[in-house]
Amino acid sequence: MTWPRPHLQLGLPPRPDALDKASGREKYACDFYPPGLLWAGVKRAGVPHARLRGLNLAAARALPGVTAVLAAADVPGVNRQGVVQKDQPVLVDDKVRYSGDALALVVASDQATLARALALIETDLEPLAPVLDPEEALLPGAPLVHPERPQGNLLLEGRVTTGQGAAALEGCAVVVEASFDLPRQEHAYLETENGWAQMGQDGRLTMVASTQTPFRDRLEVAEVLGLEPGRLRMVAPYCGGAFGGKDGVTVQSLLGLAALHAGGRPVKMWLSREESILASSKRHPARLRYRLGSDDQGRLQALEARIIYDTGPYDHLGGAVLTLGLEHAAGPYRIPHVDLHGQAVYTNNPIGGAFRGFGVPQVAAAMEQTMDLLATRLGLDPLELRRQNALKRGDVNPVGVTLAGSTGLAQCLEAVAGHRQWKEAPAWRAAAPAGQRRGVGLAAVLHGMGYGPVIPDVANAKVELTGEGVFRVYCGVVDMGQGNAGTFLQLAGLVLGQEAEGLELVLPDTDRTLPSGSSSASRTTYTFANALLPAAQALKERLLARAADALFATPAEMALVPGAVRHRPSGRTLPLAQLAKMLSPEERTATHRYRAPVVPERPSADPALQLHGLPHGVFSYAVHLARVEVDELTGLARVTGYLVAADCGQVLNPQVWEQQMQGGVAQGLGYALMEELPAPAGQPQHTDLATYLIPTALDLPPIECLAVPSWEESGPLGLKGCGEIGIDGPLPAVGNALAQALGRHLPQAPFTPERVLMALQEDGKGAGS
Amino acid sequence: MAKQTIEITVNGDRYEVAIDPWRSLAEVLREDLRLTGTKIGCNQGDCGACTVLINGRSVSSCLTLAVEAHQREVTTIEGLAKTPQELHPIQEAFVEKGAVQCGFCTGGMIMSAKHLLDKNPQPTELEIRQGLSGNLCRCTGYNKIVEAIGDAARRLNPAKEGQ
Repeated sequence: MTWPRPHLQLGLPPRPDALDKASGREKYACDFYPPGLLWAGVKRAGVPHARLRGLNLAAARALPGVTAVLAAADVPGVNRQGVVQKDQPVLVDDKVRYSGDALALVVASDQATLARALALIETDLEPLAPVLDPEEALLPGAPLVHPERPQGNLLLEGRVTTGQGAAALEGCAVVVEASFDLPRQEHAYLETENGWAQMGQDGRLTMVASTQTPFRDRLEVAEVLGLEPGRLRMVAPYCGGAFGGKDGVTVQSLLGLAALHAGGRPVKMWLSREESILASSKRHPARLRYRLGSDDQGRLQALEARIIYDTGPYDHLGGAVLTLGLEHAAGPYRIPHVDLHGQAVYTNNPIGGAFRGFGVPQVAAAMEQTMDLLATRLGLDPLELRRQNALKRGDVNPVGVTLAGSTGLAQCLEAVAGHRQWKEAPAWRAAAPAGQRRGVGLAAVLHGMGYGPVIPDVANAKVELTGEGVFRVYCGVVDMGQGNAGTFLQLAGLVLGQEAEGLELVLPDTDRTLPSGSSSASRTTYTFANALLPAAQALKERLLARAADALFATPAEMALVPGAVRHRPSGRTLPLAQLAKMLSPEERTATHRYRAPVVPERPSADPALQLHGLPHGVFSYAVHLARVEVDELTGLARVTGYLVAADCGQVLNPQVWEQQMQGGVAQGLGYALMEELPAPAGQPQHTDLATYLIPTALDLPPIECLAVPSWEESGPLGLKGCGEIGIDGPLPAVGNALAQALGRHLPQAPFTPERVLMALQEDGKGAGS
Repeated sequence: MAKQTIEITVNGDRYEVAIDPWRSLAEVLREDLRLTGTKIGCNQGDCGACTVLINGRSVSSCLTLAVEAHQREVTTIEGLAKTPQELHPIQEAFVEKGAVQCGFCTGGMIMSAKHLLDKNPQPTELEIRQGLSGNLCRCTGYNKIVEAIGDAARRLNPAKEGQ
């Protein structure tokens, strides 16, 4: 089947969802207050590691207005949840493994009663020595987070070697070595975790939640509640941000349990910001040690990478995050000999989980700053070094996969090389006023798409011509803010010849839409649109054929036009509303299943690494450039200009594409400049958005975005994912700019004024670099 | 504690509601009046998602007690346009310039923009950024929001164009 090449604008307004959002009409999961609503809430542990000796729930139960107070024994099904490994209790039954663990669940008539009841719960916790450092966690005798595990605190260890591995460093003319320490990052979506649920009189549980994964949640919650999945209906409205933090259940199991004890009344649960920070998953803090070698011309020869991710108390998606990091650890370059080794380690710290970038920002930070160290050592221009080594189509990537598809890194490098912000960099640096230093840094990054070789990366699209003659697109994958739902309307409209008014959308709902996987992994549009386009095409062909029958014509003479089918030779039209009445509901509906292809190479024989996603075959590429100004007096580093040139295949909607780039860069700049969530003694140090700082409008520069489109054969209309490539590059680009300004790399991120100032002071002492 | 009856005018409609006096305006708007366009992102005055206007001044409605709005005029995102079928020029600019992604900050952001443009009809880019600095957005990087507000200023003051 062939598709028309996309126009830059497909005639629909930018983001059909923007209108209801800008007018305040859109209903998010948290916006429902059905009559008779009860409120549910959780008593959290507040200590990182302890044995649960007992709970005294009597006083809470006795409080007027309290409907139910529940503990682990009340979980009717399996009291363990988790996306890959089920190692997290819904309600703690044996021991506490992090401060955010849930001990008891309360259902009450209103929020004030709920708060009082939670305060009345007495906990009897026997403190255990916590393990808070991932390297210490691997030492013999370290406290064990899951004592029953034969691997101790090691969640997953992975190794990929090619060529002669690290031994090849011996033969390199130049070898540079560096270590990096990267922070825990909070998602800080503005809509905290929430949902509401109700047990119907028919024995079916309906839940509306802010989630990226309604279909997977249904299976998880069903298992926890001991219900057949068919008795659960999960509905996923637009999310108020998610970024990976709502990949997997947050409140859902607890909310389902609350609904079982609510006497048929609706129950709502909505985490406060403090509770959200305490309990939710974060970007993994990471320690990385890199040794990179090249010949004397700067041709990369060998890389050794040692990677440790602090995954906190539960697997969540930690193994998959580490594996994607491992796969991307050597960056977008030809390197014949690599030895990449990674470990995801259990601790009693906050949970490490999915966060936009999914393990790649950490390794990109290490690889790209190491590349600049090498360029400096060789006396080479950093852009030239990257040009020389950039992966091209047909190359074998560092983990041994042949890049048979679109590979536009070299074109991105050229786009940056020719851009004003790069060409004017030397003059701009030289013009730094007194008391300021300036630097311009680059980072080249890649990002794989989808689930890898084992987990089926599947989408199921459904398109219906309604009885009223409107096309309804059943969106099986969540729109957490990135705009894919609107893109699906746009694509359906393109195939079916309709404008916005002839199209409507059904957001993910396990009763109505078909399972299409998670909204994650830069796969959302890539995978779902690959199902949607054929579904729409099949429906179109059927409608043209049926209309032709009705008009005694042939399908080739018919065309779909807005609101109607037209017989082209005669100009006669059959309104879609009329055509719909001639068809059964089955005939008016088309579905299509798509499963993304996988590559045949297996960089590692380890089945665990394959299960966790190694390797991928389709990658987006980008080159990031940051202009940084450092105040010598305060150490404040400001990013005053930013450029990202990205190959994400074809761009279907330039505005949505740019939103993804700018948003990813913004979160990446937060990661580079200010965001870190230390957890001394296992407690998040910050509990609110006044102390956990994310960038404001005053902190971010204009972010210029250059699309460097390629044609991705496997993508819908040539598209590749663009959700994550924007967040992979800002930290190393800023780090490299700072290194240029300061004369040294800072090993620890984020690059706060304190750290920058200390580097400046050491410089002043004549330590040199 | 006894409930207190307050009279508030919200988006031109007068309401009389009996409420617990400790409840925030944000909560009363959302739960009692079902005006859920006002969002709660932190409930601590840090994020700005709950921004509304009271007698034309922008406030964090999560930090404002509902009783403080007694006999005052409250404008929420639902009431910014002249009629429910229309969009205010700031809303139009947000939609057209792509300033909306997840949309959770959008209502508060637009109300802050309204306050800013009422005070300063032709703000510079820096003044726009300063005017928004109490509103967090995690999706956009602010570029398109700043652009939309500049565009809205021009829409609201077309006569000034070209001066």
